[in-house]
Amino acid sequence: MSNFIILPILIPILTGILLVFFRTKITLQKWLSVIALILNTLNAGYLIYIVNQKGIQTLEIGGWKPPFGIVFVADMFALLLVFTTNIIAIFCLWYAFKTIGKGRESYFFYPFFQFLIAGVSGSFLTGDIFNLFVFFEVMLISSYVLIVLGGRKIQLRESIKYVLVNIVSSILFVSSVAFLYGITGTLNIADLSVKVTQLGLNGPLLVVAFLFLIVFSLKAALFVYFWLPGSYSAPPAAIAAIFSALLTKVGIYAIIRTFSIIFYQEPQITHQFIAWIAALTMILGVIGAVAYNNVKQILAYNVITSVGFIVFGFAVFSKDALEGVIFYLIHDMNIKALLFLAGGALITIAGSSQLKDMGGFIKKHALLGWILFITALALAGIPPLSGFIGKLLILKGALAANSITFYWFTGIALLSSLLVLYSVTKIFMNAFWKEPNTNVESNGNIKGILAPCIVLLLFSVILGVGAEWLYPFVEKAAAPLMDPSIYIDAVLKE
Amino acid sequence: MEVLMSVVIGLLFTIGTYLLLTRTLLRIILGTSLLSHGAHLLLITMAGLKTGAPPILNEGVTEYVDPLPQALILTSIVISFGVTSFFLVLAYRAYKELGTDDMDRLRGNDHE
Repeated sequence: MSNFIILPILIPILTGILLVFFRTKITLQKWLSVIALILNTLNAGYLIYIVNQKGIQTLEIGGWKPPFGIVFVADMFALLLVFTTNIIAIFCLWYAFKTIGKGRESYFFYPFFQFLIAGVSGSFLTGDIFNLFVFFEVMLISSYVLIVLGGRKIQLRESIKYVLVNIVSSILFVSSVAFLYGITGTLNIADLSVKVTQLGLNGPLLVVAFLFLIVFSLKAALFVYFWLPGSYSAPPAAIAAIFSALLTKVGIYAIIRTFSIIFYQEPQITHQFIAWIAALTMILGVIGAVAYNNVKQILAYNVITSVGFIVFGFAVFSKDALEGVIFYLIHDMNIKALLFLAGGALITIAGSSQLKDMGGFIKKHALLGWILFITALALAGIPPLSGFIGKLLILKGALAANSITFYWFTGIALLSSLLVLYSVTKIFMNAFWKEPNTNVESNGNIKGILAPCIVLLLFSVILGVGAEWLYPFVEKAAAPLMDPSIYIDAVLKE
Repeated sequence: MEVLMSVVIGLLFTIGTYLLLTRTLLRIILGTSLLSHGAHLLLITMAGLKTGAPPILNEGVTEYVDPLPQALILTSIVISFGVTSFFLVLAYRAYKELGTDDMDRLRGNDHE
């Protein structure tokens, strides 16, 4: 019982509200947003320390005991993600300072950035399924504004589709919550787990489980990813980076939470199905990444492939694989932000996102070139970079599952990570090694915007090298996913 | 009563889906709005309608209506109200800028 659990949501919301009043004072807005995020990171670090010492902490809002009131549950899994979210947000914000432009800054970019962080942190920490819907909406409404801010034609066109897809999935979310409440009579995640186990996961409950899977798949871009490439290529790099680092991950988190704590009883039906669509997502995503010659599209399809990979790791559902999933989630948040920021810098230089318009940048922009190259290696999972350990654990878990389907899926995962490497080195080769393209003047100014990229790259190395040090935390995070009774006991205190 | 409500919800979902599949942006927005009405009615019906006294704790009250769905539906209505108004403004602005409200012409295969 600790009031610190509410702070990751409260700090950004209050800061956001405060920032609205200082619309014209942009320097003040910048300072306040960074300070809020740093405070938030420190608080998340403190919570990790507490949870590491004392186990899962909960906060009962208004003193209403679960399952009646709304609870916030800080377990290691949620906290690690909250911590990573805030760190990534600081660097995306740093990049945004240099690139986002006066127009967006004076039209509430910084407040909505804070609201987005509040929504994401809230989704991670909540212990109530309807509350999860509310925080999803907080996050989505902020993302609607961020994606359309600036009002260029392509942004307006793509945000209509983005908003529409998300509204429909939110409606499905409310309907699934309604069905679930009608059947079980509770909304508390821990209590739901108990009730679903009592009733048995079959008949209507199984349908509800699949409804939730559809809803979260839409948000996570798992298989139903058709909306993602368009909408992630519309906003500027800093916004696209924070979207690809956080939004799809929240969807993945929701899938992991619901299918490890609430609907875990029939893995041969649910998890098997999840594994199939994850494998299909990997294949389709990587085809997109290899086929396109547009930097923005290549990056967007890379997001889809990694969603497939992470969810595949979850579907394997063994101790190794789940630890791998947590490692890989943290790595992927970091590396996707980096990839989009570096890609944004490249597009700024070239003045176009088409590969054919690029070439010969290695002479003038060697640093950016090597950043992109190392990012590609990290994406593919080359040691000692951060992708390696997560990938290793997931594949180890998948092979230990001893089933023909999982052998095939492991093969697909390996092949897809090879092709991901190819797709990003394709950007590197075309933009940096090819003969200079004489038609294009490279006149974009990227002075100062590579610094956040370098720091994120350093994080990737630290995550890779320091995996040994991070491992005890990840082990603690994975434990409640394997054994829901840890989570249930912590929340219901039986 | 529950049966009647279920039929109404089904109708709302049907009409909403039909409107969602049309090409005009305004109809699509109306479709989402009808769909969300359907979802809200579903939410309040699922807990059972009028099963007893108002949910006030009192001596001798054993049967009472579940108050929770009403709190949920209120939250959900506020959210969908906000989102729909945002969507309407977005659609208007997009129509002004792009000069069309036909989804077929908003595909965007042409790369800018």
